[in-house]
Amino acid sequence: MNKSVVDSIDVAGDVVSGTSGSAPALPSFPHYLLRNAETLRNRVAMRHKDLGIWREWTWADLLQEIRSFSLGLLQLGLRPGDKVAIIGNNRPRLYWSFAAVQALGGVPVPVYSDSVAEEMGYVLDHAGIRFAVCQDQEQVDKVLSLQETLTGLNCVIYDEERGMQHYNKELVHAFDFVQQLGTQAVERDPGAIANWCDGIDQIDTDGLCVMLYTSGTTGRPKGVMLSHRNLIITSLNANRFDTLNDQEETIAYLPLAWVGDHVFSYGQSYTAGYCVCCPESPDTVTSDRREIAPSYFFAPPRVFENLLTAITVNMEDASRMKRAMFDYFIKVANKHGEKILNKEPVSPIGSALYGLGKLFVYGPLKNRLGMSKVRVAYTAGEAIGPDIFRFYRSLGINLKQLYGQTEASVYITAQPDGQIDANTVGTPSLDVEIDIADNGEVMYRSPGVFMGYYKNDDATESTKTPDGWVHTGDAGFIDDAGHLRIIDRSKDVGKLNDGGLFPPKYIENKLKFFSDIKEVVAFGDGKDYVAVFINIDLTAVANWAERNNIVYGSYQELAAHPQVYDMVLAHVEKVNADLAAEPRVASAQIRRFLVLHKELDADDGELTRTLKVRRSFIVERYGELIDALYSDKTEQFVSTGVTFEDGRTGTIDATVRIQNVPSVQRAEQVVA
Amino acid sequence: MSANIDIAGMSNSETQTGAQAQADAKEVLLSVDNVTLTFGGVKAISDISFNINKGEIRAIIGPNGAGKTSMLNVINGFYHPQKGRISYKGKTRKRMKPYHAASSGIARTFQNVALFSGMSTLDNIMSGRSLKMKRGLFWQILHVGPARAEEIEHRAHVEKIIDFLEIAHIRKQPVGKLPYGLQKRVELGRAMAMEPELLLLDEPMAGMNLEEKEDMSRFVLDLNSEFGTTIALIEHDMGVVMDLADRVVVLDYGQKIADGTPSEVQSNQRVIDAYLGVAS
Repeated sequence: MNKSVVDSIDVAGDVVSGTSGSAPALPSFPHYLLRNAETLRNRVAMRHKDLGIWREWTWADLLQEIRSFSLGLLQLGLRPGDKVAIIGNNRPRLYWSFAAVQALGGVPVPVYSDSVAEEMGYVLDHAGIRFAVCQDQEQVDKVLSLQETLTGLNCVIYDEERGMQHYNKELVHAFDFVQQLGTQAVERDPGAIANWCDGIDQIDTDGLCVMLYTSGTTGRPKGVMLSHRNLIITSLNANRFDTLNDQEETIAYLPLAWVGDHVFSYGQSYTAGYCVCCPESPDTVTSDRREIAPSYFFAPPRVFENLLTAITVNMEDASRMKRAMFDYFIKVANKHGEKILNKEPVSPIGSALYGLGKLFVYGPLKNRLGMSKVRVAYTAGEAIGPDIFRFYRSLGINLKQLYGQTEASVYITAQPDGQIDANTVGTPSLDVEIDIADNGEVMYRSPGVFMGYYKNDDATESTKTPDGWVHTGDAGFIDDAGHLRIIDRSKDVGKLNDGGLFPPKYIENKLKFFSDIKEVVAFGDGKDYVAVFINIDLTAVANWAERNNIVYGSYQELAAHPQVYDMVLAHVEKVNADLAAEPRVASAQIRRFLVLHKELDADDGELTRTLKVRRSFIVERYGELIDALYSDKTEQFVSTGVTFEDGRTGTIDATVRIQNVPSVQRAEQVVA
Repeated sequence: MSANIDIAGMSNSETQTGAQAQADAKEVLLSVDNVTLTFGGVKAISDISFNINKGEIRAIIGPNGAGKTSMLNVINGFYHPQKGRISYKGKTRKRMKPYHAASSGIARTFQNVALFSGMSTLDNIMSGRSLKMKRGLFWQILHVGPARAEEIEHRAHVEKIIDFLEIAHIRKQPVGKLPYGLQKRVELGRAMAMEPELLLLDEPMAGMNLEEKEDMSRFVLDLNSEFGTTIALIEHDMGVVMDLADRVVVLDYGQKIADGTPSEVQSNQRVIDAYLGVAS
C-alpha cells in the first residue's frame, strides 16, 4: 500500500467526517415522502409532459398517488420482502412504484426496459419477482412471455392503457385500477392509512431498499443489494457537496435500472425535495430539456459528444455571418471561459469580450441546449474528450466529472467546484475513503457500500473485504493535487510481446475523441503490435459525405468507402503521434486497422445495455477479422449474424479492407 | 390472487377481439354492387361486388394495374362508376363527391404522400380537423371566445393522435424534412383526425423498411381495436395483409378473382396463379 497516499486521504477523510449529518437522516424513503408532503406540501415534486402539456404533482399529490397505489398493492397481496420488477421509461408512475413498494416492505427491482425478453428473463427469475409494474403493452408482453419460468409471478400492472383491453384480467391490471383498490380499501376502513404509516415506521433502515442489476460487461448481470441507509446517506452527502436544495429541477431520462438515475431522480430528489421532470418520450428529451431548463443535470459523455456534434453540424449549415460570430466567440470562450467559471482573475478586455459572447452566442446556445439554468452538471461512466469537456465549461456550464459504481450507491469521487481537470475524476466524496492497492487497483470504503450481491456470495466475497473495502476493478492513481485518475480496467491493461504496456481503453478513447469515430476496439495483449476495429459515427460521417459529394447506399457502403478510410487513417496517425510522445505507451502505436461493416449493437450482444463494449464477446464473434489484422492480408470476408429490434435474426456479409499505418518514431529515439 | 377482489371478475373466455365480435354481427358498412369503371375503352374495374363490414380490416390486393387504387377512388367518390351501385351506411348515392365522402365519415391516405410539406406535423394533422370546426373564418382569425375554446378542444384531440402514433418528437417540424416512414405516419394521423368511420389506406407500408412496417401494422391494428375504425387497405406486402386483414378481396385486371379470409384466399388457385404464384 502506498503510505503517503493513504495519509493524504485520511486527512481528507477527517475533514469530511466532521461535517457529516447536519440534519439527522430519516430511516427510509417513504419517511422522506411523508416529511416532504408535510414540509414541502405545495412545492412541485414531479412533472411529466403528456399530450403536449407539462402536468405537475406537488409533494402532497405525490403522497396521495403513492399511498393509494401502495394500498392497492397490499390488496393484491404484496407482502414484505416481495420483489417487484419495474420496467419502462422514465414515467412518474414508475417512480411512484419505488416508494409504494418500499412502504410495504417490498423491494423494487428496476429492469432495463430495452433488454429483450430472454435477457430480462434471467433478471426476473434470479430476483424471484412476484409483481411487475410495466410501462406498456410491449413490456407486459415480455413479462407474460416469461410466465412459465416465473413461478412466483402474482400480478402484472401496466401504466399505459393502449392495446391492453384484451388481456387476462386475473393477472394483468391497470395502474388506475390498483389505485382504485387502494382508495376503496380506505373507504371501507379509514384506519388503513394509519396502518400504512405504521408499516412505514417498521422499515429497517439497514434492510434491503432496492436491487439494481449491473449491466454485466462480463458474464451474467449481478443483483446489487443496497440498503435504505446506503442510499440515504449517499444522497444527503451528494446534496451537501453541491449544495442542492428543494429549488433544483432535473430531467429524468436515463434508464431507471441504472444506479445513477436511481440516486439522482429518486434518492437525491426525496432527500433534498427537488423536482424531477419526466420527458414526453425518449425521443423528445432534447426539446423537453430546453423547456424545463434543469438546474442539476447528469449525462454520460456520449450525450455531450452528440450534442457537440449536432452543434458543429448545424453551424456548418448556418449563414456566413453567424458562423463567423460563432467561431470568434468560441475562441474567446476558449481563452477566458474556464477562468471566469473558476472565478480566476481575467483581463478587463477579456471579460468584456466574454460578456458580449454571452449575449450573442453562449446564452442562446445554452438556451438551445436546455442548459441555461444549469448550476451543476456531471458526466461519468466513460472518459470524456478533453476538448468536449472544455467546450461546455468555456460556455459557462459548470460541468464536472465524477467516478462511481453501483456498488457504492454512485459516489466515490467527484470534482469540487473550481478544481476541474479533464483528466481526473476528482477528490473522494464525503465520507468516502480511497486506497490504491499494490497492483494499482482503486479501492474504497463508504457508507454507500452495498450489502452484497443477491444470491451470489462468491462474487460478494471477491469484491468486498470483510472490513468493508470494495475492489473497483479499475486501475488508477492519485495525483499530486489529491485527485483520482483512472487509467483503465485493471484486468484489461495488457502487455505487447516486446514488453510494452498496452492500455486498450486509453488508445480507444484517444480515437473516440474524434467526432467521426463512434466506437473503437483495440487489440494487442500478447500480440506483436496494436491493431484496432473502428466504428464510424454515422451522423458525423454522413454529413461529411454529403459535403464532399460522396455517394453511398448504406452504412456498410459508407464504412468501406476509400475516402472514409483515408479520413480515419489521418486520425489514427494523429493518435500515433500522440502516443509516440509518451514514452510509457510509445510502443502501443496502432499498426493496422479496419472499419467495421456494421455498427456495434447491444441487441447483438456486442455492447452492454449501457453501451460499453463487450470485448470478450467481440473477440469471439469477429475472430476471423482479428486473425486477418495479425496476418498480411489486405482484406477479409466476414459474415455476421444480426438481431433486428423485433428479435428476428439475419446476416450481413461483407469484405472488410485492412489498412496499414506507418508508425511514428518513438519518443526516446527523437530525443536521441 | 386473493379472492376478495370483486372487480376482477371478468373471465378469460370473454377476451375476443373487437374485430371478430363485429364481424359476427355482420353489419355491412359499405357495399359495392356490380361496379364497372371505364376510362375511354379501358375497363379499369368490371362488374365487381364486395362489401365491408363494420369494424373489420378489409384488404384489397392484386398485382400492379389490377384496379385497386381505382376501387378506392370509386369508394370515396373521386371516380364515378359507369355501372353499379355503392351504398354506404345503407344509403345509396348516385354521384358522390369526395367531400360528401369526407363529411359522411370516410377518410383516406394516399399512395404517394400528399401532405402540406411546408407545414408542421401538428398543423398537418390539425388540417384534418377542418371539417369538424364549426366557427366561421372571422372568429377563427380573431381567436377569441368560442373559437378559441374550440381550437383548444381540437388541439387536445390532435395531441391524442400524436401520442397514439408516437410522433411527439416531430410535433413542430415541417413534414417536408421528415423521413418517408414518418411522413406516412403523419398522413395516417391526418386521416385519423377526421374521426372517420371508414378509413381507406392506399399502400400504407409502401417503401418502408421492416421496422417501419411493423410499427405501422401495430398502429393499424390498434386503431381498429381501440377506436373501432373500419379499415380498408391496399397493400403489396403479403405478410402484412395476411397478418392484418380479417377478409381479403383479390382483384386482377379489373376482375374480382377471390374474396374471403386470408387463409381461404391464400389457398385459392386463381390467386396463386395471378399473384402469389408470381411472387414465389
